[in-house]
Amino acid sequence: MNPILEAVLKSAAVLVVALTGFAYMTWIERKFIGRLQARIGPNRAGPFGLLQPVADGLKLIFKESITPANVDVLVYFLAPIVAVVPALVLFAVIPFGSDPTFQLASGINVGALYVMAVIGVGIYGMILAGWASNNKYALLGGLRASAQVISYELGLGLAVLSVIMMASSASLNDIVAYQQPGNILGWLIFRQPVAAAIFAVTALAELARAPFDLVEAEQELTAGFMTEYGGMKFALFYMSEYVKMIAMSALFVTFFLGGWSGPFVNEAPALSLVYFTVKVLVCLLVMVWVRATLPRIRYDKLMAFGWKVLLPVGLLNVVITAFLIAAGVPGYK
Amino acid sequence: MLDKFVAVVTKIPVGFATVLKTLFRKPVTIQYPEQQKPMSARFRGRHHLKRYDDGLEKCIGCALCAAACPADAIYVEAAENTNEQRYSPGERYAKTYEINMLRCIFCGYCEDACPTNAIVLEPIEFPTGYTRESMIYTKDMLLEAPPAGVPATPQQTPPGKYDRAILPFPPITD
Amino acid sequence: MSADFLLFLIVGFVAIAAATAMLFSRSALYAALFLITNFGAVAVLYLLLNAPFLAMVQISVYAGAIMVRFLFVIMLVGAERRGREPEAPTLRWQRPLAIVLAIVLVVQAAYVFITRAAAGPAPAETVDAGPLSIGKTLIGSYLLPFEVIAIVLLAAMVGAVVLTRERS
Repeated sequence: MNPILEAVLKSAAVLVVALTGFAYMTWIERKFIGRLQARIGPNRAGPFGLLQPVADGLKLIFKESITPANVDVLVYFLAPIVAVVPALVLFAVIPFGSDPTFQLASGINVGALYVMAVIGVGIYGMILAGWASNNKYALLGGLRASAQVISYELGLGLAVLSVIMMASSASLNDIVAYQQPGNILGWLIFRQPVAAAIFAVTALAELARAPFDLVEAEQELTAGFMTEYGGMKFALFYMSEYVKMIAMSALFVTFFLGGWSGPFVNEAPALSLVYFTVKVLVCLLVMVWVRATLPRIRYDKLMAFGWKVLLPVGLLNVVITAFLIAAGVPGYK
Repeated sequence: MLDKFVAVVTKIPVGFATVLKTLFRKPVTIQYPEQQKPMSARFRGRHHLKRYDDGLEKCIGCALCAAACPADAIYVEAAENTNEQRYSPGERYAKTYEINMLRCIFCGYCEDACPTNAIVLEPIEFPTGYTRESMIYTKDMLLEAPPAGVPATPQQTPPGKYDRAILPFPPITD
Repeated sequence: MSADFLLFLIVGFVAIAAATAMLFSRSALYAALFLITNFGAVAVLYLLLNAPFLAMVQISVYAGAIMVRFLFVIMLVGAERRGREPEAPTLRWQRPLAIVLAIVLVVQAAYVFITRAAAGPAPAETVDAGPLSIGKTLIGSYLLPFEVIAIVLLAAMVGAVVLTRERS
């Protein structure tokens, strides 16, 4: 097949899956968090409420597109797009399965760096939305978002660095291969538990999800940077949040849970897709579980935790990992 | 520092376990239009105008309910009964009886004020509607259906039988 | 004309246009946005030069971290509403110095361009510019400059901490 055509088709497939995943993630979250709170969750639109995302989408599409007074029109309309693109582009380097058919560009030797770069750029949507909205809540939400995301990006980077050091490669394919498909103890979560914990916490903070959802702390900031957005523009922000959630879960699976690995992958490569999906789904459900359990952290505590706890622990973890690798301790190299 | 760390490590899992336990509990949700919350028999829902066993209306159009109503939600217009066209025992009946359910605060003062126990707030059926007009309940909406086998009002009654209103309790004579 | 060259032309144009727009934009925030666009275009140029590591670092460090801080400060102090700076520069020697430095830069670029053009196109080298080889080069042949830069950065960090500390 023509390589360009193949790339286009695969990208389109990933986009479709990611967007469907986004729509149904909202359903899964509402259902699951409902059950965790002894409620039922949406169950009116279609069987088990399965058509709820469709109904929500239709509602948002048919809403009037309002531009508030005195906004910076260009930036105001650009911000939702800027928010969505990095979230979607993140999927480019994730190996979804063992076969090259299930991968886009996961073989590139700077995969992990690409992830960090795209996550770093992902903040702009929030900041620009906050600034362009001509609204003090939006501005404060945008500023909070940028401060929070920058602070936690460092911890995230250190966690990823530990993984890169272990696998001695920044290619996500190599990282999955390093975790010895077939042997569950090869998963990096068992050999780098501290890095995995830091990654999990910082990923939640990057996504601005509970308990780190101060960006849209309703009680203080109405909806933060999204305050002045409605209809499809709001839907784009919502989409970026959930697509990022899925992407972050996929990254956690790739870095720490052995990626697509599982039994009988060599015999039936399609199984690897199933394993990957199941693992990602588990991560997503854990995220919802965390949201149902923990209350929101106060802002100063959040910053103190990021800089005074996560960062030193992450640095220490990198140093210890380097020492273990250099000393040739079994299991580290 | 250390005891704080220990507290975090030991207590946060307890919270997570508690939340997860809820997953296996029966949801407390009541699927409203299909299911309804069981209500106390004395719950003050919407008003009903009662009838006697012979089908005559209890309401005598005295408008004491309208006078007692703190929200001014009741409008009563009375008219004379005749033996050919009898609605209620006694001289008069309510020709018009309207309650504005948007104004009503469901305090139940009208029940207390009614000398014949004609108006009762019952826990069945809640007033809902899409327009303001539809929320003004007229007499035919409020009035109960007559008991089975009994003709509706107006009835033709023998003269002299219903000259006086029927009060639930004998008047106090001292 | 190969696809790479066409891409180079487009991206180069975007980079130059963004840089020019940054210089001439009135609002500080727009200037920052144009600068980010420029960084992105330069990152693509690095990719075209077969240097993916550099491209990723360019994006994550410049576009992802430094410019976010720029925007943060611009928004925090409300600088974007101030409009154009006053005509008279606060530092008198700034403008002449800038002109001299610009001339030096132009002469340098012209010199390199002319000498290279005389030598013909550079041979298409296939350098492995992946993270591994860059790491080996940094820790190997450029160890001393690498360590010196590390110490300079450390000094800058300590300086920042000292500057922001409240004096009691």
